[in-house]
Amino acid sequence: MRDIAVDILDLTKKYGTFTALRNVSLDIRDNEFFTLLGPSGCGKTTLLRCIAGFEDVTTGAIRLYGEDIADLPPNKRPVNTVFQNYALFPHMNVTQNIMFGLLRLGQSDAQARARVGEVLEMVQLTEFATRLPAQLSGGQQQRVALARALAPNPKVLLLDEPLSALDLKLRQAVRLELQQLQRETGITFVFVTHDQEEALTMSDRIAVIAEGHVQQVGNARDIYQAPVNRFVADFIGETNLIDVEVRDVSGGMATCDLPGGAAFTCPAAAGAKAGKGHLSVRPERMTFAKAGAALLSGTVARHVFLGTDMQVDVRLSDDELLTVRVQNSEDSHIPEPGAAIGLNFEAGAARLLVD
Amino acid sequence: MAGLLKKTNSPNNAVYGGLGGWLMLPAWAVIGIFLVLPVLMMLVYSFLTKEFRGGVIWEFSMAAYDQFFFDRGLFGDDPPVIEWTYITIFWRSIWQAALATFFCLIIGFPTAWFIATRAGKNRSVWLFLITIPYWVNLLIRTISMKFLIRDTGPLNEWLIASGLISEPIHMINTNFAVQLGLFYSYLPFMVLPIYASVERYNFALSEAAADLYASRWTTLRRIILPTVRPGIIAGCILVFVPSLGAFLAPDLLGGAKNFMIGSLIEEQFKGNAGNWPFGAAASMILLSMVLIVLTFYARAQGKEGAR
Amino acid sequence: MARKIDLRRFPGFLPMTYLCLFLLYAPLIIVMIYSFNESQSITNWGGFSLRWYGEVFWGVESEKFKAAAIHSFIIAITAATCSTCIATLAATAMLRAGRFRGKGISFALINLPLMVPEIVTAVATLIFFSAIGFTTGILTILLSHIVFCIPFAYLPIAARMQGIEEVYEQAAQDLYATRFQAFKLILLPLMMPGIISGFLLAFIISLDDFIITNFVKGAGIETLPTAIFGSVKQGIKPNIMAISTLLLLVSVVFVTLSWLVGRMGQNRK
Repeated sequence: MRDIAVDILDLTKKYGTFTALRNVSLDIRDNEFFTLLGPSGCGKTTLLRCIAGFEDVTTGAIRLYGEDIADLPPNKRPVNTVFQNYALFPHMNVTQNIMFGLLRLGQSDAQARARVGEVLEMVQLTEFATRLPAQLSGGQQQRVALARALAPNPKVLLLDEPLSALDLKLRQAVRLELQQLQRETGITFVFVTHDQEEALTMSDRIAVIAEGHVQQVGNARDIYQAPVNRFVADFIGETNLIDVEVRDVSGGMATCDLPGGAAFTCPAAAGAKAGKGHLSVRPERMTFAKAGAALLSGTVARHVFLGTDMQVDVRLSDDELLTVRVQNSEDSHIPEPGAAIGLNFEAGAARLLVD
Repeated sequence: MAGLLKKTNSPNNAVYGGLGGWLMLPAWAVIGIFLVLPVLMMLVYSFLTKEFRGGVIWEFSMAAYDQFFFDRGLFGDDPPVIEWTYITIFWRSIWQAALATFFCLIIGFPTAWFIATRAGKNRSVWLFLITIPYWVNLLIRTISMKFLIRDTGPLNEWLIASGLISEPIHMINTNFAVQLGLFYSYLPFMVLPIYASVERYNFALSEAAADLYASRWTTLRRIILPTVRPGIIAGCILVFVPSLGAFLAPDLLGGAKNFMIGSLIEEQFKGNAGNWPFGAAASMILLSMVLIVLTFYARAQGKEGAR
Repeated sequence: MARKIDLRRFPGFLPMTYLCLFLLYAPLIIVMIYSFNESQSITNWGGFSLRWYGEVFWGVESEKFKAAAIHSFIIAITAATCSTCIATLAATAMLRAGRFRGKGISFALINLPLMVPEIVTAVATLIFFSAIGFTTGILTILLSHIVFCIPFAYLPIAARMQGIEEVYEQAAQDLYATRFQAFKLILLPLMMPGIISGFLLAFIISLDDFIITNFVKGAGIETLPTAIFGSVKQGIKPNIMAISTLLLLVSVVFVTLSWLVGRMGQNRK
């Protein structure tokens, strides 16, 4: 296993009576693209700012390669940040912006200039070296911010929603570039975003955060396919939450009664208990069957055309609404609204959640 | 999240957290020593005994306040009679200041409104035109006014030359001249805060009112005036307070008969009266009046904010 | 086609605006015009002449006015410099230092010189200096000017600082700058337009002050406004109009500069 780059131990951050982060513990590994994902206001940016040193922690510790940095001011921490709106110094040109950190670290003017050349090449902005930030496009500014933060060779690079100010097309291109840059430099990236697609496509591992607490840590596949609780299942992608009566949980498997009475056995998240519970099934994992000869039955409520897919909403007899996603193709059979229909899914597609 | 970031005010999180007191120290020291302390000293002086030709004797006395309000003294043998001389001067000051505020409002509001409704670039030029006189030396402006309205000044000359009048109108050394001077001195003070208020006014409100059958003037009275009221009140205070303690306008334009508080106070220190405790007492009374007005203003603003 | 109704327009407001500008400018312009009057009697127009400007620089009273002008400028430059420094530090404390003891009252304190009537400040300052046995003179004028220039310098500086996001200084700190370096290399250059603006306004305010100066100046020391006031007491002479015009131009030039600098700062943002 790789070294631990950032070790966050039982960190709590309070603003007066409001708790922004509660008992957060995380290991961010060396040379990893690590993402903090969560809805706005969940505390992910606060956590990033705690690592950078802009927020003091209320209790807990932050270790950077084993060294406790919680009491160091930002300028004494070997980490750099790409800010949300880049925070490029408006009165300095690109070169001066990038040189700023190098000069503060005591490099000579010549050394710093050489390094500026390197990083500008890395982000392909060599010909813009003497421009002022105001003379650059949003995408170029983003790359300058990246170059500025990478120039001092930080141990960890912190990125605070750096793509949110870009338009959709550009954002998709920059994702790949960022990932590539991380591989090339071998620097640990800690990336904050509220965009699950961004998180799923770029990260080695993701920490899902909600209400100041880490919900789940894992790679994209784990988080999507094996969410530990209702929040994660709901926040990452789309899912159906089916009310079930859990009879028994043992050995990671749960036996439960589906609405309509059918018995079903499927994997259970750690900590799931008998009683009332929720089963998560992704819409694309549901298949249609004849009414009466399936796990669930109901009537088609409506169709929603989504381009490549068709979303079909099915109302169960207990008034619960489930969605099914079917690819739009010539031979796919899509039942008409009002039709009585059955729904099936495999045991591996379902998962009993912790509420 | 963004909301949270703005509130990072605990000492360690602000960039210069923990240094606030030190950074503020020079301002505290200078204003504390050379303004707050002097005002307190003035309060002490108002209770001392006067020495002839300026200065004080360090002996407690109510004489200054006594002289201000009562004829022959509250503590004399005769029953006290209210002395009207100084009260009249104060009353005249209040009245003149109120009148100047009123006229400034009448002219200032339409001006502020007009400027605030101009398009971007024009607006800043208009605003600049209004600000310039504000920055021109008050003394020079008052002298200009004095020159203009003299019996033999340009205004009278032109009126006579144009045949409108045959005798010059006597304006200088009248209450009218003082009023004109105050109005002229503080007019920009009225325009600027109202402008700031109107600029923030959301014109969709006017459209909504018009949509709901309000006429232009009804909209002005029912919607616009209540909305921009904080600006109007601020403007009125900015005109009223300095008018109350004005010295140049009454001194240069009003002459000896039209004394206002400012001249009365000046007389005690620079003029012939030379009664420092009395001057200090008159200053204290003026300051109290101003503080009362400002307190009402702060209260009104607090309520406005709470709404 | 129906005429589009502009709800922003009120009939009569435009003439009122013109009236307002006319009232503000007419006396000033008339004094400017008459300052070029050849005639000794100041109300009759005797043709264009610069003789009164010559009188200001080389005439009988010229020595007095020159000395006064030198005093005025020395005091204004020093007072504006001091008050601008104090106001810059104060604005940094108010806007960038988070919470500290006495923050609540500090804002009121900075604006106190604006709230206390000038004549009261004048009286209080005179009493203070006389009570502590401080001889009135240039130094007393200077100290009192620094006090009332602070709020005027503070306003544009604080307004400018409010427009600069704290994130720039945080970025500087993230890039290994100390707090002092973040202030010197980032905040100060970004604030420069506000600081220059504040300096210029404080300069004019000091240059223009009459009431307080008149109280604390002491015998023999005159600034331009007190010298002018002294002369006017004996009647308005044409050289006064010339000197007023000059002073007026200084004010206009400085305000214009301040305005332009402020706009320059905005454009760069």
